[in-house]
Amino acid sequence: MKKLTALLFTVLIVWGCTGNGPSGPDPDDFDREAILVNWADNIIVPAFTHFSETTDQLHTSAQEFASNPTEQNLVKLRTSWENAYLAFQHVSMFEMGEAMQLRFRDNLNIYPSDTSNINENITEGGYNLELPSQNSSQGFPALDYLLNGLGENDAEILASYTTDSNAENYRVYLTDLTERADNLANQVLENWTNGYRDEFVSNSGNGANSSLDMMVNDYIYYYEKHLRAGKVGIPAGVFSGSPLSSHVEAYYSEGLSKALFNEALTASINFFNGTHFDAEVNGQSLDDYLDYLNTMKDGADLTMLINDQFQTAQSRAENLDPDFAAQVETDNSLMLSTYDELQRNVVNMKVDMLQALSINVDYVDADGD
Amino acid sequence: MLWSIVRFAANGWISKLYIEPDFHFSYLGFEWVGPLGEWTYLLFIICGITSLFVALGFKYRISIIVFFLSFTYIELMDKTTYLNHYYFISILSFLMIFLPAHAYYSIDARRNKHLRSQEIPAWTIDSIKLLLGIVYFYAGLAKLNSDWLFEAMPLQIWLPSKYSIPLLGDLLQQTWAHYAFAWGGTLYDLSIPFLLLYKRTRIFAFMMVVIFHVLTRVLFPIGMFPYIMIGSVLIFFDAGLHNKILAKISEWLNISKSVFDNGKIYQFPKNWLRKASVGIVAVFFILQLLIPFRYLLYPGELFWTEEGYRFSWRVMLMEKAGYANFKVVNPENGQRFYVDNDQFLTEFQEKQMSFQPDFILEYAHYLEDHYQTQGIKDPEIYVESYVALNGRRSQPYVNPEVDLTEIKPSLKHRTWLLPFNDEIKGL
Repeated sequence: MKKLTALLFTVLIVWGCTGNGPSGPDPDDFDREAILVNWADNIIVPAFTHFSETTDQLHTSAQEFASNPTEQNLVKLRTSWENAYLAFQHVSMFEMGEAMQLRFRDNLNIYPSDTSNINENITEGGYNLELPSQNSSQGFPALDYLLNGLGENDAEILASYTTDSNAENYRVYLTDLTERADNLANQVLENWTNGYRDEFVSNSGNGANSSLDMMVNDYIYYYEKHLRAGKVGIPAGVFSGSPLSSHVEAYYSEGLSKALFNEALTASINFFNGTHFDAEVNGQSLDDYLDYLNTMKDGADLTMLINDQFQTAQSRAENLDPDFAAQVETDNSLMLSTYDELQRNVVNMKVDMLQALSINVDYVDADGD
Repeated sequence: MLWSIVRFAANGWISKLYIEPDFHFSYLGFEWVGPLGEWTYLLFIICGITSLFVALGFKYRISIIVFFLSFTYIELMDKTTYLNHYYFISILSFLMIFLPAHAYYSIDARRNKHLRSQEIPAWTIDSIKLLLGIVYFYAGLAKLNSDWLFEAMPLQIWLPSKYSIPLLGDLLQQTWAHYAFAWGGTLYDLSIPFLLLYKRTRIFAFMMVVIFHVLTRVLFPIGMFPYIMIGSVLIFFDAGLHNKILAKISEWLNISKSVFDNGKIYQFPKNWLRKASVGIVAVFFILQLLIPFRYLLYPGELFWTEEGYRFSWRVMLMEKAGYANFKVVNPENGQRFYVDNDQFLTEFQEKQMSFQPDFILEYAHYLEDHYQTQGIKDPEIYVESYVALNGRRSQPYVNPEVDLTEIKPSLKHRTWLLPFNDEIKGL
């Protein structure tokens, strides 16, 4: 026993003697793959199917309005826009696969929209909507501006599309936006139905890149950043000290923001419980997985805690004004208390649920010890 | 070690962990150590090259010193990445500075006839055995607590989630298996140094080492550590085995091994340097034996307060997760708002910060500085935080009424943490 150098040598040699076992399906007390199947077949694909139907309708309505800009067609287009925007709340959290490649959410729902850039696009033309710099000049918030924000009343708004010197450009920009939204929706749906669904379901192993880990991370990220902060916290001034009414979702519509929020919260609750998109059927999801894991350690009933907290947040939001902008300007405390209730479930999910599921919250896949 | 560095670089970790973040968590007393921008890559290159030199025994003394310094500097840059096995590498390389690891089968020894020796004093090898023994035994002692032994925590959380591992996946769903792993692990850690020391049990012990570390490698994302430990324990074997291994290597590489077999015993130069070395190594071991017990100086639950948790071979003992929401108050106009942690921290930093009190405090001070430049003269920073430990329900962590800017980072007991509503018995 003479050479310490051997020590470091051997480290090099031993490396490579063993590898990671490949992951594969296995029979098990609890079928995690059933969760993925339920998510894909009963929630994600139906929600994207519905969403792409509404964007088809939105684009059709926009084309009708462009060729015949009447008040009647404007009202019809607004309804299509509202339907698509509500449908979007059920797919926004699924930023994975093709949706991630396309930066689906960034292209469809960055608000507040950049109105000066939108105006420049309209007057100058020559824009490329695929550039990241154009994210806040398209999607639902930009359409909100084009349909609700161009004037005080419908007559003024219509004037932009009829008598304005740039009327033609307004009509083109409008249909360019609806066409792009429709394309994005169809691309993601197509990806799910042509292969990604199977890829998603078969990636049922454990580890940072498994479907379960990625989906749970995406879900919590969406709930924390886009639902809690984006829809409620930021307008209420939680991060800035004073309310920012212009940061409300669908700001120009003056009354859609609460409906969008409620829809998004419902979508989050349904996802957690595995409720099917188009039927009141409860499938396998995180609630069942938590219940299963809890049978081993006999701890707190997290499923109940999280669902109760969802309900508290929902009922707290009931009293909010349909227009969140009006709410933060008149009585922000109600908005703040809604935020607090949403916040409590961030702790429940990000701390307690992730610990119970043994899923890492970060994407940096560093070593542990 | 070279592999470890290459792997680190290949994963893009250098840039992700050290260059991209705006802010780094430092160790108390080492706030001056920070990433060097693009030069950080050079630091990693130096560290990699010197590790290769050490392995080859080329310019050994200077190489191991530079390796120790560069590796330790890398670890000191950001404590977010603290891992017990990085600490192990640091102190092992420190110890090796004082050992003549280049006396045999090295480039140095080949070139320098006076250095070349077939044997080195036993204490030099024993010192490494002692260090390994401390690592295992202390890790075993740390497992003697009620969470680990009687709740099988945190294994009960970790193991079921590894359901897709072939063969083991089903087993890991069984409660009895969680307890078996917990008790087996404890027994292993406590006994393995002794089993390795006795010749009659050594082969069996080494098989256990391989099984144990391969298993941990399969079950947990712990990088190079299992291989390092498996390689390291070879030092418990006597010279016969090592000579055989080296003979094989010599055959492959066509090196003459016999040059080194000169029957000489390495002699430390008889001067002050030698005395100093022995003194330093002795002090080093006394510290190694004492540091893990420093937690006894603090009241409260160690897992909760983490006062004396690091540098103590407490490996895989806790599943801790947290959430920290910082509130900034401007006392001049009463304006208050919450901080979006994304703005300042990476996801990884945020995660590590959220349950470690020293991180929370350091970050609060960073926020104080930041908002001072934003025009708030004397911001007050409060934190609403929740921590869940070993499967317990999350509970409030830091006292939300305490203005963290008034607290100075120190090693004193942290009175600003809320008490832990449970008890974990044991060491």
